[in-house]
Amino acid sequence: MMQRLCWLALLWLPLTALAVVDGHKYPFDDAEKAERFRQLAEDLRCPKCQNQNLADSNAPVAVDLRDKVYELLQEDQSDEQIVDYLVARYGDFVRYNPPFRLDTLLLWIGPLLAMLFGIGLLVLIRRGQNAAPKPLTDAEKAQLEQLKKANRS
Amino acid sequence: MTRWLLFIPLAVTLAMGVLFWIGLGKEDKDALPSPLVGQPFPSFEAKALLSGEAISAASLPAKPMLVNVWATWCPTCKAEHAFLNQLAKQGITIVGINYKDDDAKAREWLKAYGDPYDFNISDPDGKLGLELGVYGAPETFLVDSQGTIRGKHIGDLNTRVWQKLQPQFEAMK
Repeated sequence: MMQRLCWLALLWLPLTALAVVDGHKYPFDDAEKAERFRQLAEDLRCPKCQNQNLADSNAPVAVDLRDKVYELLQEDQSDEQIVDYLVARYGDFVRYNPPFRLDTLLLWIGPLLAMLFGIGLLVLIRRGQNAAPKPLTDAEKAQLEQLKKANRS
Repeated sequence: MTRWLLFIPLAVTLAMGVLFWIGLGKEDKDALPSPLVGQPFPSFEAKALLSGEAISAASLPAKPMLVNVWATWCPTCKAEHAFLNQLAKQGITIVGINYKDDDAKAREWLKAYGDPYDFNISDPDGKLGLELGVYGAPETFLVDSQGTIRGKHIGDLNTRVWQKLQPQFEAMK
């Protein structure tokens, strides 16, 4: 009997997938969905704790949102639909991955701008350092000769 | 000489410092803007806390009101409760959402501290709260007579906050 049960359990294994997020178990009927759930829980931000994603946070609201994401996944909603559902209620804040829009433009291209600026600055400074020395003027030449003479004597 | 260029990073750093200073010094930096402002109150099916009768968005009174999300487990809700009683006495309509709470405890609380609410929607599992983008308690929505959400305040209501909200509330009439 026991052996049979074990075999049954083994047979059942490939059919189910389990996503464990913050100690909570979410059973899925396929592994691909479990993976999507894990990814969503990581990409969505907890509105209460602000610097944690849904997977890391154990705030009650994060638990609720995780449950909701699970529920929507079971309803065969796409990742996009699920994110939209949460954004409609909690705002863009819940996304760790902000949309590319005019008001988020600086967020996206800011680091690039900063890097270009840094490179530009570096180039300018290097160029200043590498510039060939200007030829001496007659007066400077005369002064140099005098210094040399003074040094020799 | 291009030596002045060397001061640009310093200037940029100072500018960022000023920006961060302003950002971090902002009051209510935990308050998130609600995308629901300007949207109709979400539809829901729930029960009234006291009478137990079925309640939906259509049950909301057709006048400007406050919809206050509260719970007995929330210390700040206790702090604001006296002020809600005061607002109710002034004739302001307040609908309560008893959020992720125990109905019996909530009824006891209202008996003990007074009931400023026209009625309370019992939301034990936070389903309506989720529809409203609630992430803590207390939160208060300003809802107009058409049932459109006009504003949201996160945190307790008190005299200072009401000074800011009242003009908006009056404007909904």
